[in-house]
Amino acid sequence: MLLISCPNCGPRDETEFHYGGQAHVAYPEDPYALNDREWAEYLFYRDNTKGAYAERWVHSTGCRQWFNMLRDTVSYEIQAVYPMGTPAPGGSAPGTTANTAQAPEGASK
Amino acid sequence: MSADHLPEHPDFLWRNPEPKSSYDAVIVGGGGHGLATAYFLAKNHGMTNIAVLEKGWLAGGNMARNTTIIRSNYLWDESAAIYEHALKLWEVLPEELEYDFLFSQRGVMNLAHTLGDVRESMRRVGANKLNGVDAEWLDPQQVKELCPILNVGDNIRYPVMGATYQPRAGIAKHDHVAWAFARKCDEMGVDIIQNCEVTGFLKDGNRVVGVKTNRGTINTEKVGLCAAGHSSVLAEMAGFRLPIQSHPLQALVSELHEPVHPTVVMSNHVHVYVSQAHKGELVMGAGVDSYNGYGQRGSFHVIEEQMAAAVELFPIFARAHVLRTWGGIVDTTMDASPIVGTTPVENMFVNCGWGTGGFKGTPAAGLTFAHTIATGAPHKLNEPFSLERFETGALIDEHGAAAVAH
Repeated sequence: MLLISCPNCGPRDETEFHYGGQAHVAYPEDPYALNDREWAEYLFYRDNTKGAYAERWVHSTGCRQWFNMLRDTVSYEIQAVYPMGTPAPGGSAPGTTANTAQAPEGASK
Repeated sequence: MSADHLPEHPDFLWRNPEPKSSYDAVIVGGGGHGLATAYFLAKNHGMTNIAVLEKGWLAGGNMARNTTIIRSNYLWDESAAIYEHALKLWEVLPEELEYDFLFSQRGVMNLAHTLGDVRESMRRVGANKLNGVDAEWLDPQQVKELCPILNVGDNIRYPVMGATYQPRAGIAKHDHVAWAFARKCDEMGVDIIQNCEVTGFLKDGNRVVGVKTNRGTINTEKVGLCAAGHSSVLAEMAGFRLPIQSHPLQALVSELHEPVHPTVVMSNHVHVYVSQAHKGELVMGAGVDSYNGYGQRGSFHVIEEQMAAAVELFPIFARAHVLRTWGGIVDTTMDASPIVGTTPVENMFVNCGWGTGGFKGTPAAGLTFAHTIATGAPHKLNEPFSLERFETGALIDEHGAAAVAH
């Protein structure tokens, strides 16, 4: 079981959290301007990185707040926990490239 | 005891050849799907100058880690067609491969625990019958008659309100299936190359012309990807993306017991599936761990939940012990259906996205993928399972419809 450090509540068991998939996938600025290929990318395509992966979690049975986490998908080591709307630490990690420039995302929506 | 006293090693079922510098086609991944693909390429399409590249040992990935359940009671027409074709192949393959891999058609029961489950199950039975898939609805008493160790009383949180039953479904010995395919492939001249990891692809423009491996470069006209959980990693090397998320999926076995469990029982709602292997282990599995993972292991609470569900349904299991737990890496898609077809790279084909249910599909995956690789166009069975469906919107949404959650 993962031990996840919630930014608000501190270290808690994984069973208190829910997974939200890849982080930093912004809703398209103008959905009507997208062609089918681009819309498919937004709906169905997510990075599936082997290694450091930026992902979202929500502390469902605690503070009920969303946050981002950088986790290694092979060792499962949690490398960083950081707030919604801020870029992944290091910036260059795979899985952190999509639409990072197009904040605000997450908490404000 | 010295080596002189040991019995002679049994005959090897396949050679361990050095990779040649070129092949007509290369299959990446030496699991069930890769071996079945090579088998049908050789048998149905006369392509014997081909190689199967396996980064570890033969059938050591998900083929060694699944719970061996075979069934075809899927809701949608496209799924029923391909899985039922697979089941029909399972029925003839032991003879065709001349290898008894203990395919046991002991039936599969999918329990219903809520009114919603009951309605969904009856609908699926109807859909199955229309598609020529054997299916029936059982009331709790009939469930009890078929599987006496199941608790059908109302003293549990989610009492059994009935079940769907597919009599022709069952289990098989997964390792033996892989060995059966490997032996026939080898006999027909296919090179099975283990400890050969693909590290990149050679392309001429947008056409694949070779494979880079840790054992040298291999030129080839066609490449078929059969790498399950690592499909995205290979696709990235080749320069395209797949709508796949890789998750850990865990399973476990108990110690050996006398035969107590005559069929296969799956419950979507309390979420566990249980059968008893030929040797006597109780074999159990459940859902994936929620997070993406390539670690071939998951979190223990997932195991704990599936055992809790198993003990509630089968009180007799309370005194059994967990002998081993393990995890595989499953390649899930958003519509819980596989992807078998062409890719954005010319002459490169992909078979992936079988998620938590790839074992049962092995023969049909091999048959249709071999057809696609040999002819460059999909077989009618895998045509709906193209990569393009995520753009056209023609999804085959088996989430919740396929008798078990993925």
